[in-house]
Amino acid sequence: MINYASREINCKIVYYGPGLGGKTTNLEHVYGKVKPETRGKLISLATETERTLFFDFLPVDLGTIRGFKTRFHLYTVPGQVYYNASRKLILKNVDGIVFVGDSQAERMEANLESMQNLYDNMAEYGYDLTQMPFVIQYNKRDLANASAIEDLQGALNPGWEVEDASKHRVQPDPYHAGQNLVEQVSGGEWVERAPYFEAIAVNGDGVFDTLKAVSKLVLKALA
Amino acid sequence: MTAGTANWSFTQDDFTGITESLNRFLGETKSICALLVDRSGQLVTTVGDASGLDTTAFATLTAADYSANDQLAKLVGENDFSSLFHQGEKESIYVADIARRLLLVIIFDSRTTVGLVRLRMKGEIEELTLLIDRVFSRGRNGAAPEEHLLRGADDEIDKLFNW
Repeated sequence: MINYASREINCKIVYYGPGLGGKTTNLEHVYGKVKPETRGKLISLATETERTLFFDFLPVDLGTIRGFKTRFHLYTVPGQVYYNASRKLILKNVDGIVFVGDSQAERMEANLESMQNLYDNMAEYGYDLTQMPFVIQYNKRDLANASAIEDLQGALNPGWEVEDASKHRVQPDPYHAGQNLVEQVSGGEWVERAPYFEAIAVNGDGVFDTLKAVSKLVLKALA
Repeated sequence: MTAGTANWSFTQDDFTGITESLNRFLGETKSICALLVDRSGQLVTTVGDASGLDTTAFATLTAADYSANDQLAKLVGENDFSSLFHQGEKESIYVADIARRLLLVIIFDSRTTVGLVRLRMKGEIEELTLLIDRVFSRGRNGAAPEEHLLRGADDEIDKLFNW
């Protein structure tokens, strides 16, 4: 939303993913690292055991473009399956999505279920996830039981078919040398994948790279 | 333009019209302040005395509160609860839907009554609905200026991220 009166551009970014995957940890790290004057309060609607009940919320000012203050509203959703009603509410009018996947091999099924749930909830609002700013973060890369990136990519980010022929050209992945975001696969069809990032959110590794990438995609979508 | 999501913009004229209307409402009802919030939780404007209030957090929580109540309404077979009232010891808030797009939040204290706020609210909602419809119909006609604001601003966007 662009407010010409207050000269602000407000964008909404939602961190989605399975329970205990590190969504809230991402926001807590951002909160701890950005200058206090550029962020608001971190609001957590959580249970007594600190599991997200409704959402976490953190407003962050990124700076000024064309004289407009750009403010990003970062939200997390509750990861547990049975909170779908509240999870869906948070997606309303979203501008960009970060899917925080849990790299641990035994959480693969939970990742898949959450990704499917994301597509379903977006579709119910009439949003097409493949047509909007969307990045994936593979968290907990430091754990011994973390799956290989290729396995996570194959399961959670296999790519979607690019139907628009004008977009049938190789688009290198700016974050991973030698890989492409858009490419022609062996079957002949063109596929696009979401940009991905490896992270250890408890240490802050990869947290800002992820935020930076999705914010940039959101602003470029407005340009 | 972001695919799939709502995208719209306010001009100075919209802002002036909305501010005048809300100022009149605050004067008539002796309320403390009014916040206009979009349904996704972003603050559109504040009128009146909101000093000491974290308006960004307030806007977000209001939208979440309203959305949750909207779902509660559906569970009991209602289309929606068109307004919400939260009573405090000193200050209370009244939230009403505007054109299914925005929420009007009125904060008031013992200098007025919920009855008066509710009574005047009906006319205020009608007035704001007309103003808001103008904003959205302009968006649909493709004449909204926001589509051009960031065109060619790629360099500026890149510079934002030189952290």
